[in-house]
Amino acid sequence: MPNMQRLANLPEAEALLASLVKTMMPHVGPDTALVGIHTGGVWLAERLHVALGLKLPLGSVDVSFHRDDYASKGLHPGARASSMPFPVDGAQIVLVDDVLYTGRTIRAAMNELYDYGRPGRIDLAVLVDRGGRELPIGARFCACTLPEPLPKNQELVLTRDSEQTLSILSLMLKDRHDA
Amino acid sequence: MRNPQLNPHGKLQHLLTTEGLPRDVILAILDAAAPFAEVAEREVKKLPLLRGKSIFNLFFENSTRTRTTFEIAAKRLSADVINLNINTSSAAKGETLLDTIDNLSAMQADMFVVRHASSGAPYLIAGHLAATGREHIHVVNAGDGRHAHPTQGLLDMYTIRHYKKDFTELTVAIVGDVLHSRVARSQIHALTTLGVAEIRVIAPRTLLPTDVERLGVHVFHNVEEGLQGVDVVMMLRLQNERMQGALLPSRQEYFKSYGLTPERLARAKPDAIVMHPGPMNRGVEIDSAVADGSHAVILPQVTFGIAVRMAVMSMLAGGS
Amino acid sequence: MKIQISNGRVIDPANGIDRNADVFIADGVIAGVGAMPAGFEANGSLDATGCIVCPGLVDLSARLREPGFEYRATLESEMAAAAAGGVTSLACPPDTDPPLDEPGLVEMLKHRARLPEFAHVYPVGALTEKLAGVNLTEMAELAEAGCVAFGQANTAIVDTQVLWRAMQYAATFDFPVWMQAQDAFLAKLGVAHDGEVATRLGLAGIPVAAETIALATILQLVRETGARIHLTRISSAVGLEMIVAARRSGISATCDVAVHHLHLCEHDIGYFDPHARLDPPLRAQSDREALRRGLADGSINAVCSDHTPVDDDAKQVPFDEAEPGATGLELLLPLTLKWADEMKLPLVQALARITSDPARILGVEAGTLGIGTAADVCVFDPQAPYPVNRATLKSQGKNTPFLGLELQGRVRGTLIDGHLAYDGSWS
Repeated sequence: MPNMQRLANLPEAEALLASLVKTMMPHVGPDTALVGIHTGGVWLAERLHVALGLKLPLGSVDVSFHRDDYASKGLHPGARASSMPFPVDGAQIVLVDDVLYTGRTIRAAMNELYDYGRPGRIDLAVLVDRGGRELPIGARFCACTLPEPLPKNQELVLTRDSEQTLSILSLMLKDRHDA
Repeated sequence: MRNPQLNPHGKLQHLLTTEGLPRDVILAILDAAAPFAEVAEREVKKLPLLRGKSIFNLFFENSTRTRTTFEIAAKRLSADVINLNINTSSAAKGETLLDTIDNLSAMQADMFVVRHASSGAPYLIAGHLAATGREHIHVVNAGDGRHAHPTQGLLDMYTIRHYKKDFTELTVAIVGDVLHSRVARSQIHALTTLGVAEIRVIAPRTLLPTDVERLGVHVFHNVEEGLQGVDVVMMLRLQNERMQGALLPSRQEYFKSYGLTPERLARAKPDAIVMHPGPMNRGVEIDSAVADGSHAVILPQVTFGIAVRMAVMSMLAGGS
Repeated sequence: MKIQISNGRVIDPANGIDRNADVFIADGVIAGVGAMPAGFEANGSLDATGCIVCPGLVDLSARLREPGFEYRATLESEMAAAAAGGVTSLACPPDTDPPLDEPGLVEMLKHRARLPEFAHVYPVGALTEKLAGVNLTEMAELAEAGCVAFGQANTAIVDTQVLWRAMQYAATFDFPVWMQAQDAFLAKLGVAHDGEVATRLGLAGIPVAAETIALATILQLVRETGARIHLTRISSAVGLEMIVAARRSGISATCDVAVHHLHLCEHDIGYFDPHARLDPPLRAQSDREALRRGLADGSINAVCSDHTPVDDDAKQVPFDEAEPGATGLELLLPLTLKWADEMKLPLVQALARITSDPARILGVEAGTLGIGTAADVCVFDPQAPYPVNRATLKSQGKNTPFLGLELQGRVRGTLIDGHLAYDGSWS
C-alpha cells in the first residue's frame, strides 16, 4: 500500500459531506441533474443524490478520453463508460468531484458533457478544494478549502470502506508515485 | 527475435497479429473498447484523442466493409483519414510497396492501416519504418494474405466476452475454410492466449492447413460431432475461388455437409452464440434461419468492431 | 612463376593428406607437396602459418548472372566473390537469359570467363530449348562448346515423355543429367515448406511430396534409360532415403545439398524474412538433421553454395513476392567448416565434400593437390572471424540469411593455375 495517512487537520469526509448537503439543499430542485466524475466524484454523487432526494437519475462521466496529457502519456488505463440517463440539452447540471486541484479534470468533464448536448447551466460541487489551480475554474459548492495548497507530490484521495454504494467515505493523503 | 509489435519498453507500437500479443495487452484493448462503444450512443460521436493525426488507409486488396469501419473509428477519434485504393494508383504503375510507404510518410502520416494480399506485408512496412527512423508511424494490419486480421480477432474476443463473460470455460468451434483464413488464425491465437477450454476447427480436409493441430486445436471433419456442446460457433466465409482450385466440388455440396442449419446448431449448447466476420454467403456456409435467428450476434460484432478499432488506434497513437 | 607456400597444414582429401607441409608450384601446376622438388627455386612465397592449405573449392552451383541478368551481378563481381571464397572451379546452371541452350552462348560465357584471376567455369547446358521442357537441345554441340552436364536449373519437365527422351538422348552420349526433383504442380503456388511454420504464417506451402514424387519419377527413368543422374539440392529426409534405397536396388545417382539447408530450417523465416526464401524451401528441423547426417556419411555426395545473387529490390518485398535464392560463394567454406565442427568430423573428410567429391561429379580434374595438377589452391585461417555484412561481401548479391552474423573461417589467399587470384592478407 502506498504511504497513506489521515490528514491531521482535515475534518472527516462524512462531516464534510453533511456540510455540503446543507449548503446545496436550498439550491437544488426537481430539475437538478447530478453528474459524478469517476471515480471519487461518483461515490460522492451517489451519497448526495440520496441525501438531497433528487428526482432525475444520476449521471456519470469518465474523463479519460478528454484528458490533455494523451500525447505524452497515452491512453489512460481503466477508462469506464460514461452514462447520461437524462437529456443534457437545457439541463441544470451539478458536476460533482471529490477533490478540486488544477481544474483540468473539470475542464475535461465539461468537454465530455458537451458531447451529449448543450447544458442550460453547469455548477460544480466538491468536498475539498486543495488549491493549486491551473485553469480559471471554481466550485460553487465546496465543503472545505485548505488554508495552504498541498505540495505537488501529495495526492488527496477519497476512499470508501466497502465496495457497496453508499458506503462510508474517508479522505487520505498519499505520495504521488507516477510522474 | 524481438516481437516487432512492441517497442523496446514493451508498449504496443504496431498491431500486426494476435499471435504473441501478451495477455494483458489483449485484455487492455478489450477493456478500453467498452467505453468507446458507449460513444456511439451519444449525440456527438466524437472524441478529441486523435485530433490532428493523419491516418492513411492503405488497401491493396479491396474491402469496402473493413475500410469503412476503420474510417468511422478514426473519424470518431477526430483523426484525418485518407483512403488509398492501391489497385488503381501507383502500384499498378509499378511503384514498390516500400516506395509507396516512403511517399506517404513524407506527407506526415501518423498511422498506416494496411490490407495486403501477401502474408507478412505489414511486417515489411513496420521493419522499413524502423530502419528509416520513422518509429513514430504506427502500422495496423487490416488483413495480410492468409496470415492475420488482428482487429477482427480482437473484436470477436470482445463479442465473446460481452455474451459469455468467462473465457476459461468455453468450447469454441471455428467452421469453414481455415486454410485460407487470416481471421481463423487470429481468432485461434487470441483464444489460446485468453485461455479458452477448447478450440475446435471443423472443415473438410482440403480446407485445413498442414499440421493445424500444432496451433492447439482439435480437428473435426464432421460438423455434427464438432458442434456438440459448443458455446461459441465462429463461422468463416467460403469464397468462390475455392471451387476453382479443386478444393471443393460445389457450394451446394458444401452447404449439405458443413452448412450451419438450425438442426446442426441445436447440437451446440442452448445459449450458444453464432458469429460471422461477414459478409455472409446465405445458403452456403450459413442458413438464413440461423443468420437471422436469436443465436446470431453478427450485427453486434460490427458495432463492437468500431469500438475495438477505436481502442487499438488510441492505444497506439498516444504516449511518447 | 615458382611459388612456395610454407608453414601451412596441408589437407588434400583426394590424396588422403593431412599434415604440415609446404606446397611447391611451378608453371601453374603443383610441383610438390612436402619435399622440395629437385632444382626448385622459389621466386614467390606465401606464408601459411596458422592456415590450412587445401585444393581450391569446387562449387557445383553458382549463378554468375551472365548473360542477361547483369543488373543483379556481373562476371567480374561474382568471380571476385568466388576467389574471396576460395572457390577455383564452379559449375553454373543454365538459367541465364537467354538460357544456355545454344553453343554460341556457352562459348561466349567461357570466353568471358577466361581470365587468370577467374575461377574455372563449367557450364551446365540446358536439357531442353529455352528450358521449356518440349524440344531437346543440341547436347553434342553444347558439350563440344564446353558443357559438362545438362539440366533444367529449377524448372521441372512436366511432360514425362519428354523427360524420358531427354534422359535417353543424354545417356546415348553418356552425358550427365542434373535434375532438381520438384513436381511442378505441387510446387506451383508454394513459397515455403508445407508445415507448421507455413500454416502459422499463412504462406502457401510446397510439400515434401513435391520432391519425393518427382524423385520417384526420375529414379524410375534412370532405371529405364541408364542415364547418369545427379540430383541437385536435396531438401528432405524422405527424399534422401529414396535415393539411398534406389542405390541399394542398383540405380546409381549422385546428389548434392545447398549449404544453407545444412544450417537453416523453416523456423528461420522468422517474421517473414525474404532472405529465407529459397528454392527448394528450407524444410523442417528433422529434414535438416537428415541432410547434415547424409552429407557426413556420404549418402549426399557434395555440398554447394547454390550461389544466387538477387538485388535488394527483389528481396525488399513481401515474402511471397520475393525472388528465391541466397548469395553464397563466399560462405561455402565457413558454413562447411561450421557443419564439420558441429558434426565433429575430421576436416579431411569434410573438405572432401567441397573439393574432390564435387570434382568427381563434374568429371574434371579439380579439387586436388596432386602432382602435375593445376595449381588451384585455397589457403584459409579456420579460426579467423568472418563478419558477414554488405561491406565484406564481394558479390553484388547481399542476400543471405546470415547477414549481420559472424562466421568463422576466412580465406587468406586463393591461387588459380598458380596465379594469386585473391589476396586476403598478404600485400
